[in-house]
Amino acid sequence: MSSYSITEPSSLQKWLAGTLVVAYAVITLLPLVWILTTGFKSPVDAIAYPPKILFEPSLEGYVNLFTTRTRVAPETLEALPPPATWYEEVVRNRDMVIAGPSRYGERFLNSVIIGFGSTFLSVFLGTLAAYAFSRFKVPLKDDLLFFILSTRMMPPIAVAIPIFLMFRTLGLSDTHLGMILLYTAVNISLAVWLLKGFMDEIPREYEEAALIDGYTRFQAFYKVVLPQAATGIASTAIFCLIFSWNEYAFAVLLTSGTAQTAPPFIPTIIGVGGQDWPAVAAGATLFLVPVMVFTILLRKHLLRGITFGAVRK
Amino acid sequence: MAEIVIKNLRKEFGDFTAVQSSSFKIEDGEFFMLLGPSGCGKTTTLRMIAGLELPTSGEIYIDKEEVGQKPARQRDIAFVFQMFALYPHMNVRRNISYPLISQGMSKRQVKDKVAEVSRILGIEDILDRPVSGLSGGDRQRVALGRAIVREPKAFMMDEPLGALDAEFREHMAEELRALHDRMGATTVYVTHDQLEAMQMGDKIVVMNHGVIEQFGTPQDIYDKPATMFVADFIGSPSMNFLKFHGEVLAGSSNVRLHHVDLAMPTVREPFQGDLVYGIRPEHISLRDEGDNRGEVVAAEYLGTTQIVTVKTSGGDLKARIASDQPAKPGETVALEFNGTTATLFDNQSGRALRSDLNEGILSHV
Repeated sequence: MSSYSITEPSSLQKWLAGTLVVAYAVITLLPLVWILTTGFKSPVDAIAYPPKILFEPSLEGYVNLFTTRTRVAPETLEALPPPATWYEEVVRNRDMVIAGPSRYGERFLNSVIIGFGSTFLSVFLGTLAAYAFSRFKVPLKDDLLFFILSTRMMPPIAVAIPIFLMFRTLGLSDTHLGMILLYTAVNISLAVWLLKGFMDEIPREYEEAALIDGYTRFQAFYKVVLPQAATGIASTAIFCLIFSWNEYAFAVLLTSGTAQTAPPFIPTIIGVGGQDWPAVAAGATLFLVPVMVFTILLRKHLLRGITFGAVRK
Repeated sequence: MAEIVIKNLRKEFGDFTAVQSSSFKIEDGEFFMLLGPSGCGKTTTLRMIAGLELPTSGEIYIDKEEVGQKPARQRDIAFVFQMFALYPHMNVRRNISYPLISQGMSKRQVKDKVAEVSRILGIEDILDRPVSGLSGGDRQRVALGRAIVREPKAFMMDEPLGALDAEFREHMAEELRALHDRMGATTVYVTHDQLEAMQMGDKIVVMNHGVIEQFGTPQDIYDKPATMFVADFIGSPSMNFLKFHGEVLAGSSNVRLHHVDLAMPTVREPFQGDLVYGIRPEHISLRDEGDNRGEVVAAEYLGTTQIVTVKTSGGDLKARIASDQPAKPGETVALEFNGTTATLFDNQSGRALRSDLNEGILSHV
């Protein structure tokens, strides 16, 4: 009993905890690995049973993701000049030629515009509102805050039909602006509440010092409060982006062409020329990249952000 | 540099009145203390002078200009916060130069100014350090630097030594007073520490429940308290209060309580009812022979003096006597009061009765 300590876990405990963490990580990461590997499999390997763990990597999924192709007769194929690029060769091997680019690029760009646009707008408006709620005497403050929170009390999709009708009347259906406004409306309550928490944590003395030092209220907010709130703003931005980036249901309902985002588009890839799982997986893999990059860039802030208030500075 | 005049200043937060109709005058170059227990309205008063709160009514004159409803940035004053409130995302140099940048001062001038101020405060070697790693004392100096760099009309300080540890406070208090004497700037200083107020202030306002209890020099406030609150709040241990029911006539110079005659300064106003005879511990001496007797219950040794608690028929009294004078618990001793220093209070209202001692000091007559 002499080596027993209540603060320091024993080596057995550490080993057990480590194993559990690794096991949990493997379980949660498995679908991701599945998607990643499927993207590099050939269509045959992709649907092989039992699943192939070792396989010959292929970029066919990625080529198919970015192109539309037409099947041609073998004799026509032979008559063609030799393929100029490696991806043309990949396509020819399947007795097809490239007919043109796919719409994935456009849809991806739509996702970027709508995702980042609504994130920016939510965080911008949320920061101003949170500062006002945190610092000023706002009439009916508690009621307003509750009202803002109440917009999250049902799943957003519950109001899908009224929104659909509203969008049609206002001409917002299938527009970037419409989707940005919609995602902002959903995210703003989260942004206001999260950011108000952060603003409350910033001592008023900082901005009061700036007010005394000759700055206006807005300058004090901009030059002193905002840098202090950077952590909160970064983590709020990540949460907002993750929602609007991944949102599927409204995107399916309200977009079809010009403003369609990647989530509703990716499943449609499967219909082009048979069950093209590698292309779907490739589309999903690439779709993960921006959010991951954004999160990694801001992760220092995120870690401080999600544990804020837990430790007194 | 400027004088500050406060007229009928009042502040309400909803139903709560933080400051009730205060008036006082701070002379140019004075080190002025706002003293009182927490929640007495002293910080609110300071924040109103600074422009961080707007008064509900009343006027504030800084350098003869009425600024009561003006924003802080137009008042040309500096503020030192209790928690220093240094801008955490800036280094020391940026912190000190920040008030100058808002004035649109040229980079060269800013540099010279910061150099000058940092030399005065002895912080030249930490100018490029981030403020987060600084010691309490250095933070305090940086906060002072940010305040003095602009040469404002007046300084507001909200318990600036409150965040420092005891050992360092003493040192910083001296530094602060020396800095004030060197610059001659009007300073308004909020504290709840009566020792700090007595030690540093030229004048003191004692506040309680949003009301000014007394306004004057530290000596007047200590020797001639205007109310029982002031007598109790100032001094450690505080003034002894002997309560009795009786009558005093104008012109009388002693009172009889519990069968003992006690001397006092000649009273200028007659009074009948519940009275309190107030005497400071250092004005009580212990004798072997006398009418007013009691039993020693405790003796606290304080170096050159000791505080002796004596149980009498009128209640426990504390006497401050030389520490070489013998006083053992259990002994019976006689008490002698230096009556010329005593103050008589109306127990109901707490106010001091006018006498030869405090004539001309009291404002509530």
